[in-house]
Amino acid sequence: MSRALWILAVLLSHWRRHPMQFITLMTGLVAATALWSGVQALNQQARASYDRAAAMFGGARSAMLIDPAHATFPQQLFVALRRAGWPVSPMIEERVQIGGRSFRLLGIDPVTLPPETAAISMIGKSELPSFIAPPGQTLVAPETLRELGLREGASPTLNDAIVLPPLKLQPQLAPGVLVMDIGAAQRALNKPDQVSQLLVGRQAQGPRTALASIVGDRLQFMAPDAESDLARLTDSFHLNLTAFGLLSFLVGLFIVNSAIGLTFEQRLPTLRTLRACGASSRMLNTALVAELVVIALVAGLIGLVGGYLIAAALLPDVVASLRGLYGAHVPGQLTLAPQWWLAGLAMSVIGALAAAAASLFKVARLPVLAAAKPAAWHEAQRGWLRLQGALALTMIAASAGFFWLGDSLISGFAVLAALMLGAALALPVVLDAVLSFGARRARGPLVNWSWADSRQQLPGLSLALMALLLALAVNVGVGTMVESFRVTFLRWLDGRLVADIYLNATTDAQAADIKAWLGRRADVEAVLPSGRAEVQIDGAPVEIMGLADHATYRERWPLLLASANVWDRLRAGDAALVSEQLARRLKLDVGGRLQAPTPLGPWSLDVVGIYADYGNPKGQFAVNINALIRHFPATPQTRFGLRVAPAHVAEVIRALRTTFDLDSRQLADQATVKAESRRVFKRTFAVTKALNAFTLGVAGVALLTSLLTLGNARLPQLAPLWAIGLTRRNLAGLELMKTMAVALLTALLALPLGLAVAWCLIAVVNVKAFGWRLPFHVFPMQLLTLLGVAMLAALCATLLPVLKLARMQPAKLIRIFADER
Amino acid sequence: MSAERHLTRRAFGSGLALFGLGGTTAFAQGFAGLGNDATGFAPVVPGRQLVFPADFGAHPAFRIEWWYLTANLVDSGGAAYGAQWTLFRQALAPPPQREGWASQQIWMGHAAVTSAATHRFAETFARGGTGQAGVEAAPFHAWIDTWDMAAIASMSDATIAALQLTAQGEDFSYALRLDAAQPLVLQGDGGYSRKSERGQASYYFSQPYYKARGQITLGDKPIPVSGQAWMDREWSSQPLASNQTGWDWFSLHLRSGEKVMLFRLRQTDGQNYFAGNWIDRDGHSTQLPPAAIVMRPTATTDIGNRRLPTQWHIAIEERGLGIDCVPLNAQSWMGTRFPYWEGPIACSGSHAGVGYLEMTGY
Repeated sequence: MSRALWILAVLLSHWRRHPMQFITLMTGLVAATALWSGVQALNQQARASYDRAAAMFGGARSAMLIDPAHATFPQQLFVALRRAGWPVSPMIEERVQIGGRSFRLLGIDPVTLPPETAAISMIGKSELPSFIAPPGQTLVAPETLRELGLREGASPTLNDAIVLPPLKLQPQLAPGVLVMDIGAAQRALNKPDQVSQLLVGRQAQGPRTALASIVGDRLQFMAPDAESDLARLTDSFHLNLTAFGLLSFLVGLFIVNSAIGLTFEQRLPTLRTLRACGASSRMLNTALVAELVVIALVAGLIGLVGGYLIAAALLPDVVASLRGLYGAHVPGQLTLAPQWWLAGLAMSVIGALAAAAASLFKVARLPVLAAAKPAAWHEAQRGWLRLQGALALTMIAASAGFFWLGDSLISGFAVLAALMLGAALALPVVLDAVLSFGARRARGPLVNWSWADSRQQLPGLSLALMALLLALAVNVGVGTMVESFRVTFLRWLDGRLVADIYLNATTDAQAADIKAWLGRRADVEAVLPSGRAEVQIDGAPVEIMGLADHATYRERWPLLLASANVWDRLRAGDAALVSEQLARRLKLDVGGRLQAPTPLGPWSLDVVGIYADYGNPKGQFAVNINALIRHFPATPQTRFGLRVAPAHVAEVIRALRTTFDLDSRQLADQATVKAESRRVFKRTFAVTKALNAFTLGVAGVALLTSLLTLGNARLPQLAPLWAIGLTRRNLAGLELMKTMAVALLTALLALPLGLAVAWCLIAVVNVKAFGWRLPFHVFPMQLLTLLGVAMLAALCATLLPVLKLARMQPAKLIRIFADER
Repeated sequence: MSAERHLTRRAFGSGLALFGLGGTTAFAQGFAGLGNDATGFAPVVPGRQLVFPADFGAHPAFRIEWWYLTANLVDSGGAAYGAQWTLFRQALAPPPQREGWASQQIWMGHAAVTSAATHRFAETFARGGTGQAGVEAAPFHAWIDTWDMAAIASMSDATIAALQLTAQGEDFSYALRLDAAQPLVLQGDGGYSRKSERGQASYYFSQPYYKARGQITLGDKPIPVSGQAWMDREWSSQPLASNQTGWDWFSLHLRSGEKVMLFRLRQTDGQNYFAGNWIDRDGHSTQLPPAAIVMRPTATTDIGNRRLPTQWHIAIEERGLGIDCVPLNAQSWMGTRFPYWEGPIACSGSHAGVGYLEMTGY
């Protein structure tokens, strides 16, 4: 045992003599662990909140029976189904306004609720009797309580008239939801004996009678998960984050790999001495692994703290993105599960071991008596390059294959991953070819030596350069996509926000009053009523938007594809404009037909146009507002847009606000809506940009550490040149130029790769993730900026080793020259 | 000690803790409350004349109530089976009765089929006020979900027969027709069944003379069966004393044609409260003096971390009874939200016979 400790002490002494290597190793591990676990913390936080929402009664996890037109239906159907063996539980759900804010009011029957909806425990804690017996309880999440501005025990008032049961805190609940007994909910919504859906439990009491024979076609069965579910919707977002995290992790491991490689190489004489002194190979290896694990654990802990800080810093943006894009509520307070800490440490240890595998293997097979050979730790191997080239081609072919055959989001990412991996593997091969081409053309001994030396240097730098290539390509790709999106989105927003003022009245009666009042005003040019209904098509929710027949739309509403006389066709009431997402999902084209269920029976519509509907997770189609009201008589007629000359907008809003007591949620001018949309948009990509910057930073560190470790090893090559008569300054300048040239080459290669990545994101990943495709734009200025940043990073990374060389004592160079010869 | 352990079919009603109040403390409060906190509920008083068919139906002013049927059956090959059908009613609050979803009535159904090899059970819950579960006195009909206990046209109020009984679970079902020639039997003292020295009691009548015939299905396998069945009707507002922890209850069909109902209420002080009725061939029911009843466990079975006395020696000297009872399936555990042991038994000794044993609070 004491022998093992001695060996460990000898091994550790290496770090005292080479603190820079230790710092490099730690940096790599800390960076890898921090970025990876930071991203994981964000994902975990978001997923936990989706679980909270989905575990709610009526989340997409349970099968449901609903009215095909989303209307309520008599609860007698519930009893009939129970009596026929269906394990159903009634629910009533409606959006309500309290103090101008919108909440989801949910009435449940805790007694029949299927156990898998996890609600029993929720009610359990609050006691069944007090939940169901008047006055009952309104269960809310802490966030909702804050939003309501009320204390536990207070009774919120609905529409200034109906008093809801007293509030009770229920931390497991999702925010924005009010849960109460179904009886209380029916009273509050004034829908006695009506329910809006029946949850179908998994546990059946024996065979059940066929649905149609009990309820006819009144109800429609919805399989679990058929309704779009937050977790699934936001999958693409989290996949994005995870991909970034993984990329950063790999880049960090590049650093670890090069640091460990050098350390082991420098320790070879020590190891040999230890072996010669009688340390067994096994003991030596055990000590090496133990040392590495300890370092990885320490670095992992630091990395986790870093990860926590990164996650905490990014969380507000992630929360805003998720809310803006998907309407998902994620609490802004970071909470971390114990598994997160364990997983982070495990990643650090496994990563370190993986990065050290080759070196460890080498030590294990170390011949005791072989002469020490502290040359460069990688030798240029033609065979290895050829193998790498073949691998690169295979990966690129695989990428093409995924593109050709795949049809899912995952396959989209597989295209990206294979493409990037292929390109990274191809990089040394390409650089080697370029450098050997240059060497052949070179005139003069020094230039010739420079080319050849760069080539010789390549294997040691290639991992760092690959990291740089990947980081740059991802930056170019994501940057291009975000810019494309921004340009398209802003243009689209201008066309889409046709009205100058948007108004949503509290009730139909108030809406009628407002309309009459507006009609008397000379400064209001037009009132454009609109309306919304929601139906289920192919098991997913689809919004129907009612548009007024008005010149405003004809002039400004942006359409991707349209048939002739599209707006006249729409007025007839048997035609629809379909959003791109819905068109893709239902495989509809202009000239096709769309069937929509309505309370008055199916509605068959001609598809006369397709429009972009960026950022909407739901499918949507637009019809004439009068046709919508004919088919959905219950549509609230409370929304309209106003055309007002810009000079009068503020005056009209002021008048509306004072006359009808409307708040800012009900009344907004175009500029405000636009600004809000832009703000959401900006935050949506803030996280992407931040991670982008992190990745680039880590790649810069990778380059720096590679050069630092390479620096010492290369001294034997430089010493002869110095001996021939080149000054240290000359040598340093030469080194700087060579490295910068290689970095520039890499960056130039990264640009086309980045554009390919952007195209992949736009044409494959976005389409799968969101259902819409953006036009592809290239932004030369952005590319130049990135190129500049990359070169700056390379310069920073090169400067330190070069300065070290420039200031090296001539005596040291003499000694190296003498030792090596 | 988990809270559920204390819950018995008789104590279902004590479960102010039906869904909520999962903890032992909370349960203990509810449980202890039984002895003195029946305020507002209708009291059980001696001397009340039971009236039929009205008393077949529900008594919502009382806190708890059940319709309980157990059947000892055999198939054509002589293999024994047991079937159980139970509907419980509990009022969460005293009268006045509230309408619709506000109704304070909660219903719970249990059903089971037992063979020597398997014991399958199911449970379901419902609220009053919607029609998902309920009991009508005339024509007699008790139901919850798909489970029914219903009068066949021309049911006699004197015998509460014939009835049709159905229930189904995930992996079993049964449909039995119940006929009886003898009139129903009042338990305790003319239907007043005392449960403790402190005066806790219930109204209790039975029909132990049912002839059952029909079919049970285990998995996909239908099995024609016939045999005897026993129905218990009981309602109360405070059935247990605060110091009572559990219950061992027997219903016996002796081959002689006589029927015996016995129970032992276990108390925290280690004492037991015994009661029983001896019912002769033509339905004449006699209360047994507690001192005359001997109920002694002879072997136990471990189920999970519980140890249950599944074999018993029973003696009633004044009736010349000395028998040993063994279960058809010692694993007749009802793993329902309020778990207990309930299964068919067979007796031998001075008398032979079959019956049902229920054990709660273990």
